[in-house]
Formats: sequence, structure tokens, C-alpha cells
Amino acid sequence: MTPDGALPSETSIKDPVISIRDLGFSYGESPVLEGVDLDVLDGEFVGLVGPNAGGKSTLLKLILGLLEPQQGRIRVLGQSPRQAVRRVGYVPQFPTFPRDFPISVEQVVLTGRLGFGPMLGWYRATDRAAAHQALAEVEAMDLAHRRIGTLSGGQLQRVLLARALVAEPAILILDEPTANIDARMEGDIFDLLARLNVRLTILVVSHDIAFISGYVDRVACLNRTLVCHTTERVDGDLIHQLYGDNVRQVAHAGAGHGHAHHLGQQGH
Amino acid sequence: MREPATDTLTTSANRGTDPMQDFIQALGQHAFLQTALLAGLLASLGCGVIGTFVVVKRIAFMAGGIAHSVLGGMGAALYFGFDPLLGALAAAVLSALLIGLVRLAWNAQEDTLIGALWAIGMAIGILFIAKTPGYTTDLMSFLFGNILLVPRRELWFMAGLDLVLLVTVMLFYRQLLAVTFDEEFARLRGVPVAFFYLLLLCLVAVTVVLLIQVVGLILVIALLTLPAAIAGHYVHSLGGMMLIATLLGGVFTSAGLALSYGPDLPAGPTMILLAGSVYVVSAVLSRVLARRRARRRPLLTATGV
Repeated sequence: MTPDGALPSETSIKDPVISIRDLGFSYGESPVLEGVDLDVLDGEFVGLVGPNAGGKSTLLKLILGLLEPQQGRIRVLGQSPRQAVRRVGYVPQFPTFPRDFPISVEQVVLTGRLGFGPMLGWYRATDRAAAHQALAEVEAMDLAHRRIGTLSGGQLQRVLLARALVAEPAILILDEPTANIDARMEGDIFDLLARLNVRLTILVVSHDIAFISGYVDRVACLNRTLVCHTTERVDGDLIHQLYGDNVRQVAHAGAGHGHAHHLGQQGH
Repeated sequence: MREPATDTLTTSANRGTDPMQDFIQALGQHAFLQTALLAGLLASLGCGVIGTFVVVKRIAFMAGGIAHSVLGGMGAALYFGFDPLLGALAAAVLSALLIGLVRLAWNAQEDTLIGALWAIGMAIGILFIAKTPGYTTDLMSFLFGNILLVPRRELWFMAGLDLVLLVTVMLFYRQLLAVTFDEEFARLRGVPVAFFYLLLLCLVAVTVVLLIQVVGLILVIALLTLPAAIAGHYVHSLGGMMLIATLLGGVFTSAGLALSYGPDLPAGPTMILLAGSVYVVSAVLSRVLARRRARRRPLLTATGV
């Protein structure tokens, strides 16, 4: 499903839109991330996989500026994460709002327009037009007047995606976008992401490397430290190894075959 | 407290007619009743608009803490010879900021701090009032309010507070909604979440002062939550909740005043009991309605079409 012609790995002159160097972070005593180096290039579709508690969500929070790195450096679109965050669209794994909140889908999507236009007053006509366009793009226009609490898991995921898109981001970051929905809709969501990848850089966290390898340009495997692979090389064997939940093995396999080629300053 | 004791006697003399008619008749005769009615209506604007935020953001306990700590400010103002309402306003805003800053800094200890502020504020207030010569009887009207004693000039003060609330909410509606709905996302959109969270708490503080006039600081929490909660049973937008809660607030204060007038009951508790009964009935009713609706279309939500 990935538009092969748009594979950016051949034209690797592009600048990294996310650049991470020697990143370290820990909650209290135990380190969650250590020596992480990662570049995401303009226009790439990168999948971030790894075991639970491997630091995936923490890495996203650091990229979004919700956490401050204790070591190393992150640049997003050439700026600090906090400065760049308005140009980053984010879809969380779990909604961070109460489901029974009295708000319509349209209003939820409109909150994505905060930061546009003047600080005071109500949403403008351009904001509403953008919200409708975003809802149409995720094929959820019919949900506009539904209350947020009445949506199914798949519908909610589309609406959250629309809320991220309405801010006209340059980068889209998604944390397990298909964790709470069934397999059929998982494919729909990733088809949608593949279409969006034509104009957006996408970084998606997933537990399902077998599934996402059909869509992404490159997989980054995170378990405290980081190892990357291009999709071409993620063959059956490798997937099997990952499913055998030994992520270390992937590290060795990757280094052994020597095809971490466009990762530049990859640590391993 | 009631000055025109003779009028009460005459109204109870010709019982048998509609008590509501008696009230309306008395309303035409007595300026203090008109003032009381207006005070109730002015208060209901705050209870509808800000009460909606309190309910959906689930900060009723915080609002209760702010309301009770206000007594400290009122007591101090009495002792030093200022208008107690100004003292109330200062104390309300101060404790709102304190509670808000502690929540933003250390998430965990918030409820302990609210409890402490709640009691400390009242203790300070009672000490000051005890040491203020000749004012001790006013304690009851601070605690439970006395809408019949609202002076006419205070209506202007209340209208001013209403104006501040309305203008602030209208100007920053988008940000207040975003911070109430989803703080993390608001932060990612570059909204200064801490500022708007504190602003919301300050608006709650202003509303508390507005409502203290009518029902006193102990019962404030009821008018701040019940009308909005009832509205939330039926409408599913923030604006709709604000509108209906304001109307309900107006109905509860006016009808409470009218009901209390005939049998000479304290007005504040009558309003609260009225609001409380409607809330209980509405909670049961809305649940029954929801169950009936769910039975009528059982598959729609399950399949996620």
C-alpha cells in the first residue's frame, strides 16, 4: 500500500525533521532511554516498535516537549521541541479527556485550531472550514455533530486524527493508533496514513511490526536504546525474531548485515 | 431579621389564596423583596456559566475549599473595618491561586491542601469575628446568607462581577474549553495551560463571592454544581449547559424566595432544598430515559458503524 515511488530513502539529501542525539532519560533510578540517536527525514514514514516499557511513549513525549531530556539533544524542524510543537500533530494512544464530556466531534476537532489566529474570541469561518476538511479527509464527516462519548474505538481514532490534521502539521506522530480497534479498521487507518504520507512526515508507534512493515519506509526498534531497519530488510525471519521478543537479536542482525545505511550516526 | 413583620402577619391572615399570589403582591410593595429577587437572578448567571465549568472539570471540592476559606477574608475585613465583600473577594482569589499553584506543582497533595485551606480559612474568620465588637451576629448570615438583607447598592457590585465573568469567558472561551476538556492536548497546541487553569479557578472564586450574597458560603457549592449538573442530564454541549443552568439557577433562587416568604423560612436553605430535590428527581429520570433509549437501539453503538 505504501506508494513506492514516494520512498524517500533514495533521495537521502533531505534534512532530518526530527534529529535526536545521545538522548537519555530516566524516571527516578531506572533509565528508560539511553544513548538514543535517531533521524527522521522529511517525508519519511517511520514505525517505532519495541517491547512494552521499552521507552516508546517516553520518546514521543520528549519529541513533543512534554518532557525535558536529561541528556542529549532533540531538534524538531530545526527548533527545540517546545518551539516546534505547534507544527507537530499528535494522536495519543488513549484519549486524555473524560469520555462523558459534553462536547461534539466538531468542537473537539476545532480545539486543534488553537494557536491559529488571534488569541481572543471565537473560532473563525476558516477554522470551521479547516475542521470540516479534516473530518472529510478521515472520512468522518457524518460524525461531526455526534457527542464524543458515543463514538466507537475506530471512529474516535479517526476524530483524534482529524484533530491533529486540522492544525496543518508538518509531522504527524501517532502512539499505537490501532491498539483499541479491530484488525479490519487497522488496515483502513494505515491506508489513510499512507495517503497522508504524501504530504506529511509520519512517526508511528506500534506493537505490530509485521503489520506496519507493509506500510512504513523504515522501522526503528526501541528497547532503552535504538536500532533501525529499512523495510526492505524486514523479512520473515527478522519479524519472527522480533516476535520472539528478543529485540537485542535484531540489533545484532541489523549491524551484521550492515544495512542501517541511511541512519547516519546510528549508535550501534 | 425580617423588618416588615406586620406585613407577614397580614399575608398569613388572608390565607387560602395562592401563596404565590401573596408573594407577587408583596413583591410589588417591598423594595427589599425586589432587591432579593434581582440578587438571585444576578447570582444565577455566575452559577450557570462558571458552575458548568466546575461540573465538567470536576473541581467541586476545590470550589468548596475556596468558598469556605473566604470566611477568613470576611472576618479580617470586618475586624479592620473594610467591606466584608472585598475581604471575601481577596480571600477567594488568594486561595484559588494557592490551590491552583499547588496542583500544578505537586499533583498528589492537592486534596489535603484543599481540606487544610477549608478549615484554616474558617478558623481565621471565626477568630476575627469573635474579636470584632458588635458584629458576632453576622456570622450566621455569612455562613448561610440572607438574600433579604442584600443592600441595593450591592446589586451593582454583583452586576460588575457578572460582567467580569461573562467578558472573560467570552474572550477566552476556546482556551478555557480546551484546558477543561484536554489539558495535555491544549499544552501541545501552545495554550498556556497553567495560566488558563489559574484563570478558571479565579473565575470560580469570583462566582463564590457572587453566590455568598444569596445562600452563604456553606451552601455555595450547591448552587455552583446542582443547576449545571441537572442541565448536563439533558444537553450535551458546554454552551447549552451554561444557558440551561443559568435559567435553572434563576428559577431556583426566585422560586426558593417565593416559597420561603409565606411560612417565613430562611430563603437560602429553601432554594438549596428545591435545587437538591429537582436534582435527585432529574438524576433518576435521566437514567430511566437513557436506559429506555439504549433498549430501543441496542446494536448501533456496539457495532461501531
